[in-house]
Amino acid sequence: MSWFSNYARSSVGAKHIMAVTGLALALFVFVHMLGNFAVYAGQDAMNGYAETLKSTGAFLWLARLGLLATVVIHIAAAVRLSVLNKAARPEKYRMFKPIRSSFHARVMPWTGLIVFAFIVYHLMHFTLGTFYYDYYSAVQELPGGATRHDVYSMVVQGFQIPAVALSYVVAMVLLCFHLAHGMTSFFQSLGLNHPKYNAIIRYAGPVYAAIILIGNSSIPIAILAGAVDLPGA
Amino acid sequence: MKLKLHVWRQKGPYTPGEMVQYLAEGINEHMSFLEMLDVVNEDLISKGEEPIAFDSDCREGICGMCSMVINGRPHGPDQGTTVCQLHMRRFRDGDTIYIEPWRARAFPIIRDLVVDRSSFDKIMQAGGYVTANCGSAPDANAIPVAKERADAAFAAAACIGCGACVAACPNGAAMLFTAAKLSHLHHLPQGQPERLRRTQHMVNAMDAAGFGNCTNLYECEAACPKEIDRDVIAMMNRDYAKASFSHRD
Ligand code: HEM
Ligand code: FES
Repeated sequence: MSWFSNYARSSVGAKHIMAVTGLALALFVFVHMLGNFAVYAGQDAMNGYAETLKSTGAFLWLARLGLLATVVIHIAAAVRLSVLNKAARPEKYRMFKPIRSSFHARVMPWTGLIVFAFIVYHLMHFTLGTFYYDYYSAVQELPGGATRHDVYSMVVQGFQIPAVALSYVVAMVLLCFHLAHGMTSFFQSLGLNHPKYNAIIRYAGPVYAAIILIGNSSIPIAILAGAVDLPGA
Repeated sequence: MKLKLHVWRQKGPYTPGEMVQYLAEGINEHMSFLEMLDVVNEDLISKGEEPIAFDSDCREGICGMCSMVINGRPHGPDQGTTVCQLHMRRFRDGDTIYIEPWRARAFPIIRDLVVDRSSFDKIMQAGGYVTANCGSAPDANAIPVAKERADAAFAAAACIGCGACVAACPNGAAMLFTAAKLSHLHHLPQGQPERLRRTQHMVNAMDAAGFGNCTNLYECEAACPKEIDRDVIAMMNRDYAKASFSHRD
């Protein structure tokens, strides 16, 4: 396997790994967003969706471990490459004018790190219940006396706090900037280019990022605006 | 024309440098940028000071020796132009101009604006050639090459190895250079037999020389005096994966 470690450590191979893991994360973000839209279908739909996910047991843990590994690999490669890139220009220019690159593309490591901090916060909020435990521990009573985790009320009550809703929207804006570059960039990293498709590829990132931004931010905004509310409210 | 210059002065590779101010007077707007520096240097010499060291050779945009960052742009403000082909009419009387060397770990400064670009030679030595039998020259047109392929090979072969791509890259990467050399050979039949091995060896030599890693910002493409396209890098990225996953060395 020494060939693989040589490949993974090379400049081009490391980019391939960033591209593949970044793409996997971006696709997860999309599917996750589609799942979250269940909130618009009301308490039963949302809690049913959550219950179904939980009931997959081993499969759920496999998916979680896979995602964790993907994030760790993406970040490890990103940090390593960023450090190498800084070292490749020890003395800075006194005057330098970038002309073709956009600002958000040059700050990928920073938007990435902030998004990572957000992921930790998000997991503590909704998956672990580290804070707002009262909301987290809500249960829905089902006809027949059974109960299940009331994810719907947890989310609604969470986002009724303006600072929490705002923090999610800000995180989505940063993720949007990360994806606006990333989802175009991965084509080039993997060598997937063709004169016929290059014009479309250029817009793939910004369009994908806009879909994620609008889709995900709509949830805290709808809740804050009262369009989505607690059952019976 | 009268200009205020801020120029990077550095005595040697291991001495710290600094920006020094000079006044350039009596400059004709039809002079090239290098001729303007020649005038400044004549003046410095007559005052008994050290002239500003900079590289140049052909002064017609084909050798790739001239190399300086002018007002934050490698080779100055014009698209697709080397410094030697940049003219003073591009500036206005009284302008302030910042002049710096290429800055990259893999291009150590020798003196003032002169940098050591032998790391490019190392990349070329790792595979920037084709292996062929000696003997009499082959017949012309014995190997047919389609027009589109010849054009693509030629577009990449226009690279003069000046290093502006590295100077412009916020990551100090040399991907445009390395990929241009690969793309030049890989659009031709003669480049095919050693294609994957060549890609692997040249990329590895590039990494070993201490260049940075591409983040697809394309500042290299914007700075290239020969306007080499980013597509050459995509081709290299593709071939490197093929080489790594299929080659045994
Ligand atoms: C939801 C989480 C994330 C998603 C969906 C994501 C997605 C992506 C994508 C699609 C790319 C493009 C790969 C390429 O250029 O070929 C990328 C690149 C990158 N990501 Fe992430 N990423 C995420 C989290 C992070 C985190 C936590 C970091 C932490 C440092 C990070 C740092 C980077 C860096 C430095 C690049 C390279 C930028 C470049 O090549 O210009 N990302 N990411
Ligand atoms: S001096 Fe030869 S290219 Fe400028």
